[in-house]
Amino acid sequence: MSAIAFMAVGAVALTGCAGGNEEESSSSGDASAIVTTNGSEPQNPLITTNTTETGGGKIATSLFAGLVSYDADGAIQNEVAESIESDDATNWTVTLEEGWEFTNGEAVTSQSFVDSWNYGAKLSNAQSASYFFDDIVGYNAEADSELTGIKVIDDTHFTVELAAPEADWPLRLGYTAYMPWPSVALEDITAFGENPIGNGPYMLAEEGAWDHEVGIDLVTNPDYDGVRKPANGGLNIVFYTDLDAAYADVQSGNLDVLDAVPDSAFSTYQDDFPESAVNQPAAIFQGFNMPYYLEHWSGEEGKLRRAALSMSINREEITDVIFQGTRTPATDFTSPVLDGYSDKLKGAEVLEYNPEEAVKLWAEADAISPYTGTFDIAYNSDGGHQAWVDAVINSVVNTLGIEASGKAYPTFAASLADREANALTGGVRAGWQGDYPSLYNFLAPLYLAGAGSNYEDYNSPEFEAKLKEGTKAATVEEATKKYQEAQEILLADLPTIPLWYSNVVGVSADTVDNVTFGWDSVPLYHAITKE
Amino acid sequence: MLWYTGKRILQMIPVFFGATFLIYFMVFALPGDPIAALYGDRPPTEAVLEQVRARYNLDQPFIVQYLLYIGGIFTGDFGTTFSGRPVSDVMAAAFPITFRLAMLALLFEAFFGILVGFVAGLRKGKWFDNSALVVSLLLISVPTFVIGFIAQYLFGVQWGIVRPTVSGDANWNELILPAFVLASVSFAYIVRLTRASVSDNLSADFVRTATAKGLSRRRVVTVHVLRNSLVPVVTFLGVDLGSLMVGAIVTEGIFIIKGVGGTG
Repeated sequence: MSAIAFMAVGAVALTGCAGGNEEESSSSGDASAIVTTNGSEPQNPLITTNTTETGGGKIATSLFAGLVSYDADGAIQNEVAESIESDDATNWTVTLEEGWEFTNGEAVTSQSFVDSWNYGAKLSNAQSASYFFDDIVGYNAEADSELTGIKVIDDTHFTVELAAPEADWPLRLGYTAYMPWPSVALEDITAFGENPIGNGPYMLAEEGAWDHEVGIDLVTNPDYDGVRKPANGGLNIVFYTDLDAAYADVQSGNLDVLDAVPDSAFSTYQDDFPESAVNQPAAIFQGFNMPYYLEHWSGEEGKLRRAALSMSINREEITDVIFQGTRTPATDFTSPVLDGYSDKLKGAEVLEYNPEEAVKLWAEADAISPYTGTFDIAYNSDGGHQAWVDAVINSVVNTLGIEASGKAYPTFAASLADREANALTGGVRAGWQGDYPSLYNFLAPLYLAGAGSNYEDYNSPEFEAKLKEGTKAATVEEATKKYQEAQEILLADLPTIPLWYSNVVGVSADTVDNVTFGWDSVPLYHAITKE
Repeated sequence: MLWYTGKRILQMIPVFFGATFLIYFMVFALPGDPIAALYGDRPPTEAVLEQVRARYNLDQPFIVQYLLYIGGIFTGDFGTTFSGRPVSDVMAAAFPITFRLAMLALLFEAFFGILVGFVAGLRKGKWFDNSALVVSLLLISVPTFVIGFIAQYLFGVQWGIVRPTVSGDANWNELILPAFVLASVSFAYIVRLTRASVSDNLSADFVRTATAKGLSRRRVVTVHVLRNSLVPVVTFLGVDLGSLMVGAIVTEGIFIIKGVGGTG
């Protein structure tokens, strides 16, 4: 119950804050001021189809404008697209707005999109985002192929044929993988990755503006005329390898906006930044999975045990004590920032702390086959997970009275290896950060049989059927309803035991205003004003 | 001498191969697939993973990988990072910064260490000596990163005298505070080394002779005591430059200095 109250407070505080700042922004704010913010060195060259991590992602979305972009609530707004339409959710017609240009003067045409999408999908280019194109006709994960489902009609029209209907397909088009490229990109992709030429609200300050391991300087693109028109003169994204140092910088006024707070400041950041501290749920879901291949964890017995486990965990207390309120207890499998999120799903009471019921279900499972051995949850010790794993384990031990412990792997790679090899001895930490604001993106990759991130091989034909119905639904509302029903199946099966949503916790210096965080936990840079 | 030099150079060869092989082996002995881990919870298709593995020779047997790596080093190719930059470029950018920081730290510890140690040695048992001993004991006992965070908070955040972090250029003036932090432990050693050396020499025969010959106290102390007391200190400083470059990693992490420690 208090989770709901917390959410409501968050929402009110958020709107109140934005409202107050809007009035201010008209009078104050220097349109040429450069806003400094934190980032991290992109893992790969800045090629949009190969940028799937946050460090490169926040730069790429500033440099490029795709067909659509996302507003603070994660709703799509047209950028280059004038319309994206379909009668059957399979054949989509995209109409581009005229007048868009890359910063080198080249016009943004249908071909600009087709080129980058084909490049991204082609196997031999080994792009990390290649699977984002797997729903388009012609995609082949085994061999090089053209996306034959895309047909250019003229400079401002193209059609896309999907392999299967997908009602909310346009929702994903704001993701970095779908950005358009000028023709020079394909001539020299290495040079393009180092000095990307885009059509977004910002552009590189100069050739070589990406100072590796140090930062990147972006200035306003004067020709940009989309919905993200910058209210500042540019961005200086500083690559920090340590959040404590970034926090010290924002405290001393050397950094304007920090979109994360180090663990060491969880208890103090609200006092340090009474005006600007932000703490709101983000599109990051966290839980842990119990593999089906373990003894006692499959079939009816496994179902009972999973439910017992879930009800034995005091999520409220752990998020309060361990995370100082910077996590929000989970009520579903997605995230509160998404359209279609609901905290009233049928069966969601399994996510509430209920020790009596937990003990009862555990005993029922023991009647099927008495539990033997211990219980553990695997985590990688290089990611700061120990505190909460221990807390969850304690919760389980105290409620169910079984022997349990955390199981530390030295690195993420090591835990992943055992996960992929089905060699776990107990539960495993699992998490998901949404690529684009859609329920589908939180469900399909994780729980569909054979999907990339379904490591524990959950397999439910009913769930799959519901999800399919959702993708075929004529309207987004109808699709949402199906996805919620699909989640109700998950609540009964608990292929993952939801724990909480990560919050985006950010602070900013007094010199800046209008800092609002988007659905993806990245500030809406274009809206920030600086005195 | 020539024979000795030649022998030492020949000895470098097994050391070089031994060191590179061991480090290479240990890195790869870590469990897990580094390429799969790159993508976090969001794995790309297996075909993509295979291509990326092939690009970094990770599909080859271990010994072939090592030979390819050594072959690359001898032809001046140190490989590329995942973001496509040659490793030699990364090191060329980072190394001068670490060197600058270490030199500055060496300068500070030599100057202030000898000064304080010298005065303390001359006034053995007085309040200055006692406080120098207490301070140096403190500096030796407290880990560098604690000193670093405290200095960063006090000078950078609380008093706002300097920026808490260092910019990408890492100019000399920005490196003053980190260099003091880096130098702190060695400074304490030098204070104690100089102090002990000075107080020993004060009662040495050659000093008594010099005083007996009627030289001024000033001349005895600066020329005869100080110069002779510096022998162990200079030896220490020479060795310390190496450990400063290594120790710089912690300091670089705290102040976000883009030196060798920040290239991980």
